[in-house]
Amino acid sequence: MAQRAAKDYRGSIKPIWCPGCGHYGILSAIYQGFSNLNLNPSEVVVVSGIGCSGRLPGYLRTYGFHGVHGRALPLATGVKIANPKLTVLVAGGDGDSYSIGAGHIPHAARRNADLTYIVMNNGVYSLTKGQHSPTSSPQLLSKQTQLRPLQDALNPIAFAVACDVSFVARGYSHARNELADLIIQAIQHKGFALIDVLSPCPTFNRVQTSDFYRNNIVPIASNHDAADKFQAFIWANETGKIPVGIFYKVRKPTLQERLEERRIQSGREEMSMRNLFEKFY
Amino acid sequence: MPKTDFVVRIGGDTAKDPGIITTGEIITHAAAQSGLHIYTFKTFPAEIKGGQALFQVRIADYILLSQGDAVDVLVVFSREAYELNAPDLAEDAILIYDSGNFQPEPVTNRIDYGVPLAEIAQNQVGSLLSKNIVAIGVLTAILGIPREVMAKTIGEQFGARGRAIVETNLKALDAGIDYVNQNKIKPADYIFQPITPLPKLVLDGNEAVSLGAIVAGMKVFAGYPITPASDILHFMQRELPKFGGDALQTEDEISAISLAIGASFAGKKSMTATSGPGFSLMVESINLAAMAEIPLVIVDVQRGGASTGMPTKMAQGDLNIALYGVHNESPRIVIGLTSVEDSFYGIIRAFNLAEIYQTPVVVLSDQYLAPRKATINEPDLEEIEIIDRMIPSKEQLKNYRRYKITASGISPMAIPGIENGAYIAEGIEHNEMSAPAYTPQIHAEMTRKRFKKLETLTSSIYVDEFVRRYGHEYPEIGIIGWGSSEGVIREAVSKAEIKGGKVAALHPKLLNPLPVKHIMEFVRPLRRIIVPEANYTGQFAALLRDRCGINPIQLNKDVGLPFTPGEILAKIEEVAETL
Repeated sequence: MAQRAAKDYRGSIKPIWCPGCGHYGILSAIYQGFSNLNLNPSEVVVVSGIGCSGRLPGYLRTYGFHGVHGRALPLATGVKIANPKLTVLVAGGDGDSYSIGAGHIPHAARRNADLTYIVMNNGVYSLTKGQHSPTSSPQLLSKQTQLRPLQDALNPIAFAVACDVSFVARGYSHARNELADLIIQAIQHKGFALIDVLSPCPTFNRVQTSDFYRNNIVPIASNHDAADKFQAFIWANETGKIPVGIFYKVRKPTLQERLEERRIQSGREEMSMRNLFEKFY
Repeated sequence: MPKTDFVVRIGGDTAKDPGIITTGEIITHAAAQSGLHIYTFKTFPAEIKGGQALFQVRIADYILLSQGDAVDVLVVFSREAYELNAPDLAEDAILIYDSGNFQPEPVTNRIDYGVPLAEIAQNQVGSLLSKNIVAIGVLTAILGIPREVMAKTIGEQFGARGRAIVETNLKALDAGIDYVNQNKIKPADYIFQPITPLPKLVLDGNEAVSLGAIVAGMKVFAGYPITPASDILHFMQRELPKFGGDALQTEDEISAISLAIGASFAGKKSMTATSGPGFSLMVESINLAAMAEIPLVIVDVQRGGASTGMPTKMAQGDLNIALYGVHNESPRIVIGLTSVEDSFYGIIRAFNLAEIYQTPVVVLSDQYLAPRKATINEPDLEEIEIIDRMIPSKEQLKNYRRYKITASGISPMAIPGIENGAYIAEGIEHNEMSAPAYTPQIHAEMTRKRFKKLETLTSSIYVDEFVRRYGHEYPEIGIIGWGSSEGVIREAVSKAEIKGGKVAALHPKLLNPLPVKHIMEFVRPLRRIIVPEANYTGQFAALLRDRCGINPIQLNKDVGLPFTPGEILAKIEEVAETL
């Protein structure tokens, strides 16, 4: 099969995102990552919830599922169980992933299904016009109310590491090549991978802007041992600059491996419906 | 004349008299292995230990339709259990009680046998815990059950726990039999005559649903523990991997149904099972499956009460949420299971309809049906029709439109992996190409397309399979029931007919789309219509008023227990007076 180009993954629908939105960078990085891995679009499923991020599947030529708010992870888990050969990418925003859907992250980590979760984190609810999200800066004045957040910001990287997500990374939407590289590594990782992608919203977030990120992001030190959970926590709790790169990476059994083991243990070879009926004589 | 149809009940406190349910199950299995028909009924306290429980089995040499009206043989270990169960006794019932514990006041016509059950267990068997089996010994002698039948059942029940345990229990069995013989207690005038057994399965409702789902080709099951549906989850975790499938316990019901939807989208038949509180959490996702046109089966094993309510009690209270639990409007199919046998075949029909119409199918069972055991003939797998969803042909994939508007409303569904079939399963309003679109015209067309599938079902051959009618050919009084009350209603109708009543019953198993044509034909000659249902407001009666323009007389029972044939018969007689 000839190498597919990034444009071969581009869908026919034009994005609804505002000009200057960080999400364009994420979408390009996904095209680039898929192209680099030469994935067959018919064997890729992109699953999303609700929000600006939720529209992402429509902008690809792969299969997709645009579900309800906050439930992309369990939907994607079902897809992967049903057909482990598929590459399954999950997209969420900071509201979809860390607010309404946050309860699924610890359990996705416990199952460790082979999914790549891209959280398009713009620090604000944009589709509903500017309410605070779990990752809003304490300085962010909501466009509608001109109030600052009442609740503290969540640290998604520390949360993911604490949940034992087996691959935890942070990327930046405007650093497209680096982000594409993270996406490639996350897809290649066997297990549940979460990439928190900082993605400026030029319309509703005047604090976490591209200028702010340009001045504040730093790569994680090249000697960081991603298998070291305590070091990962230290990097996750860095208060000065914002580190990007891979924080934590461990290999543990994937859901598919666990399910396959169950099937082998259950002795499926001997089973027929008749055998099962006989148990009830 | 000896009775060929009788009810045996064991009642007691689950902490003080452990093993009530096991005892009942042993009697049930002995009867089933003798080729007799059984119909069980049990109630549990919601607590893990402690509280009054009962296990009841009706035994007969013909097919049974209900748990019966009154108890013919009652075994109790304490005064508390006696007082709780005495009101349900038949006039000529046999009472077996632990005479070392209490002494009931005699009642005219009732036959009381005091047996020092605990004392025999302690002194002769050497294990107080075996008092239940001593009671089984007493029953074995009084009912004339062949000893070898009971000994075999006990061997099977306790075999896994070792030779010594089996020996102790057989000793307890014999101690009970000996007590009856030595004290010259007269055997009951009941027939427990083993007949040549056909290959029959002894199943409860949840087991029948689980087996049916596997036969239907289900490969992914996801659930979250909830009484009284958890047994389906356990069954699937044990058995589904043997058939190449996967069963998962998820973090909540929302995750369970989402996982099932994802799996079905990716090409595997999938299901979730829950009870009312879990169903409430699932409604948003059921709506998604309807909008995105994903085949899906959701089993709701209804339980009593609103909110947490009464987890271990019976109700038919979720019809409204099954029909209407949705924001805005989307098509879904709703099926009411009527018996253990129907649970097996009904779930297969549910999968077939989900696959044909690519929409969620809600299957209503309940706490009366799910745990009760009955014998069913072994299903003939060759005779069972299994239908899979329509996938696009090569021709259709040339310019593939996932949500193509068709005459039937059904459009071929591509599965990830199929080349040129890529599309987005959409919860947002969309056009034929699955792109978001909300123009007035598109929304109108797509809504019509989705609902058209229900019209296609209504005019299909499948509807006839879902309607059962029995009783008088030219009735004046008609009963329309739904769900698990079918057998009880049918038995009441036969009794009324014997008494000369012109009564018939119609039992639609398809609750949405409702088989209105069948119902209208049934009600045409009627002078009175009765709708019995185990809820407070009369949800089915309201549905019939809405869809059929009829005004039935409601018979509502909302106490956590099922109807008895006698209660339905009494209502028939009361209504007959008004003719």
